[in-house]
Amino acid sequence: MTGGGVSSTTSLSNQRPESARFPVALALRVTQFTHRYAQTTALHDITIAVPAGTLLALVGESGSGKTTLLRAFNRTIEPQAGCVFVDERDVTTVDPVALRRSIGYVPQSGGLLPHWNVGRNVALVPTLTQHADPARAARSALELCGLSPTTFYDRYPHELSGGQRQRVAIARALAAQQGAVLLDESFSALDAISRSEVLDAFASIRAELGFTAVLVTHDLGEAVRLADAIAVMRAGRIEQTGTFHDLVEHAASPYVAALVDRARASARLLAEA
Amino acid sequence: MTHARRSLLPAPVIGARRSRMLVTTLAIVLAISALPSRSRDASAQLTPVPPAARNAKPIVVASKPFGESFLLAEMFAQLLERNGRTVDRRLGLGATEVAFQALRTNAIDVYPDYTGTGLIAVLKDTLTAAMRDDGRKAFAYVATASLQRFGVTWLAPLGFRNGYAIAVRSETATRYGLRTLSDLAATSAPLVAGFTADFIGRGDGWPGLQRVYAVRLKSVKPLAEAIKYEAVASGAVDIIDGYETDGLQAKYSLVVLQDDRHLFPPYDAAALVSPRLARDDPGALAILSKLSGRLTESDMRAWNRAIEVDAEPIPVVAKRALASLGLGDAIAPATAVAPKTTVGFWSFFWARRGETARLVGQHVVLVIVSLALALLVAIPLGLWMSSRPTVAEPILQLFGVVQTVPSIALLVFMIPLLGIGTVPAIVALWAYALLPIARATYTSVHLADPDAVAAIAAMGATPRQQLWWVRLPLAAPIVLSGIRTAAVLTVGTATLGAFIGAGGLGEPIVTGLGLADARLVLSGALPAAALAVGVDALLALVAKRVAPAHLRSHARRS
Repeated sequence: MTGGGVSSTTSLSNQRPESARFPVALALRVTQFTHRYAQTTALHDITIAVPAGTLLALVGESGSGKTTLLRAFNRTIEPQAGCVFVDERDVTTVDPVALRRSIGYVPQSGGLLPHWNVGRNVALVPTLTQHADPARAARSALELCGLSPTTFYDRYPHELSGGQRQRVAIARALAAQQGAVLLDESFSALDAISRSEVLDAFASIRAELGFTAVLVTHDLGEAVRLADAIAVMRAGRIEQTGTFHDLVEHAASPYVAALVDRARASARLLAEA
Repeated sequence: MTHARRSLLPAPVIGARRSRMLVTTLAIVLAISALPSRSRDASAQLTPVPPAARNAKPIVVASKPFGESFLLAEMFAQLLERNGRTVDRRLGLGATEVAFQALRTNAIDVYPDYTGTGLIAVLKDTLTAAMRDDGRKAFAYVATASLQRFGVTWLAPLGFRNGYAIAVRSETATRYGLRTLSDLAATSAPLVAGFTADFIGRGDGWPGLQRVYAVRLKSVKPLAEAIKYEAVASGAVDIIDGYETDGLQAKYSLVVLQDDRHLFPPYDAAALVSPRLARDDPGALAILSKLSGRLTESDMRAWNRAIEVDAEPIPVVAKRALASLGLGDAIAPATAVAPKTTVGFWSFFWARRGETARLVGQHVVLVIVSLALALLVAIPLGLWMSSRPTVAEPILQLFGVVQTVPSIALLVFMIPLLGIGTVPAIVALWAYALLPIARATYTSVHLADPDAVAAIAAMGATPRQQLWWVRLPLAAPIVLSGIRTAAVLTVGTATLGAFIGAGGLGEPIVTGLGLADARLVLSGALPAAALAVGVDALLALVAKRVAPAHLRSHARRS
């Protein structure tokens, strides 16, 4: 990533000694990645790196290709041209199932299984990876996300608020101590207040655990709040990558400038109100 | 399915309705009559039973679903039993196609039919002038061709003819001076006909009337066999197609118009015998031949009347008929039989309760076995297809085609492979149940909560885990509703099993329709309807229990 501004945890994965409980952050990278859907090119010659322990936000309109790029990292989209590296290994050389189990995933809707209780949902990946005690892993992940296991473990998704559901989804993405987490518009569907709370919770969890993350969002404000680096995407290409400061000071294109201006104007409006 | 009845003499009349406690009575009377008859069978000299036949399978005696056919078959059966044979009765098979197909493949051994039917419905031949003028020529031709083509033996004719009989109310006949079909062609009266679908369709039916006589009518309405007599008697129609020896002729004052130009082929009744019986037990053929040439039109009319109008049990009438021919025990005439009109439906129904329970049992077995087999195939197939939408559609379309095959046709196709009785009925019901179950499984599993499936796929659940953990549990309620549909459908369709001798609640329905006996029809139809409702309610309960956890408050293993 071009911009720096990366926190102190941005070291290589094998340099994280703190605790066995913490994940080993994974470095992510794509080079000259191209993907076409039937007619249209979704991604065109993308090259970008996410150093271990950092959070990259992919910002852009619908159809800009940001979700497609996100899905390249856990190989739910196959590279048609170019390469995807996780922890410096080409994903095409790795068993996709094992790869997906090592990377957390938080979809927009939460994607919780409606017929499983919270505990079983969160224990999913530990169960898949044959963790010694999936239920305990689920309890500590819930705790980490600010949900008391005593209260929430046995509840069903439909008995939770939207914010609680997204916290459960985050807990599920972390319960197997994944070294990277992919977030696909994970906070977009929440109302403003619970969104703000969940964003804070997520930021502090990440500060504690230091995993790598890629966040897809159409909201530049959300990106500014969480990201170490922001990639602005448009029509299958990356317009610019950098910190928010870089985008403000050195907008690479009129589109980026306009995006930044709109975000700042609405923030100002709120501030002055 | 009404194909085949009879012959062609003009005779009077026709009426509607008949009745029966057929099956119960049948069982009881047989039990009673069979025993004594064997020990003191003086008059009918015993035909020796060949050693091979002694322990061989019983002789399967069958009939088509109408009164006279029931009666003749019952007479065959009693005669064989009196002469030491064991008999298995399969009465009311669903019309000529089923009965003849079953006969030539040895699924049944003997049933009564008519030369005209053999000629037109079985051999698909046309009637020559020589055959029309001489019934013996027609018989000789049909018997020879049946033996050559199908190995089926026609025993010498029973003696009576029962051809088509075009009938009008006697006041209609008087008013317009109608005595013959030529008179009918000549009249300018605006008459309305109610013909059976069979008569409207076959070459020697309505098309023949137009061709040979140039009959013109105001209109022709298709009428069910069971209601045509009521329809003509009430004046809803003026003309119907009936049969010569019909027992109902006396009930309504109808007049049969003479076929003065010999349109209708001869319908001489005879016993038809399977290749197996002809080969293995010639003695049985000799026994049956005792009836050859013995039955007259007026006898048949009287006996049919006893069945159709007076609602006497068929076995009783058959026994009396045999006795009067010197082929059975003498019997006190006119045993007290309650005229059916004096017995209300509910007492009738109550009197049959044991029989009904037995039929419900048969019916339930048909439904459960065929449904279970359908589940075993359709659910795995639906699951397999759920990940292969491209093959799913062709397969489901194929099942859809099966659904469109009329049940009777499907049953007929299966006779050469599976014979008649429970097995082909189960196979047919199984085939009909596949589509709703397979489609529900395929669709619901294929479409189950895409977000949840995508999420756990992205987290490294294998396709198999996606199926068992998510798709299947979420699809369960819809799969179950498919099973409910199939179950209710099967309960209804299973009534058709009676047409191929599989028993069940269709038995009184088929017999009742054949005898135009509404009480008998209802005694099968009501329990069948109740069974369908019950099965649906039961499966609704099951559905509640299988609903995924989030749709009820009940925690599963976690």
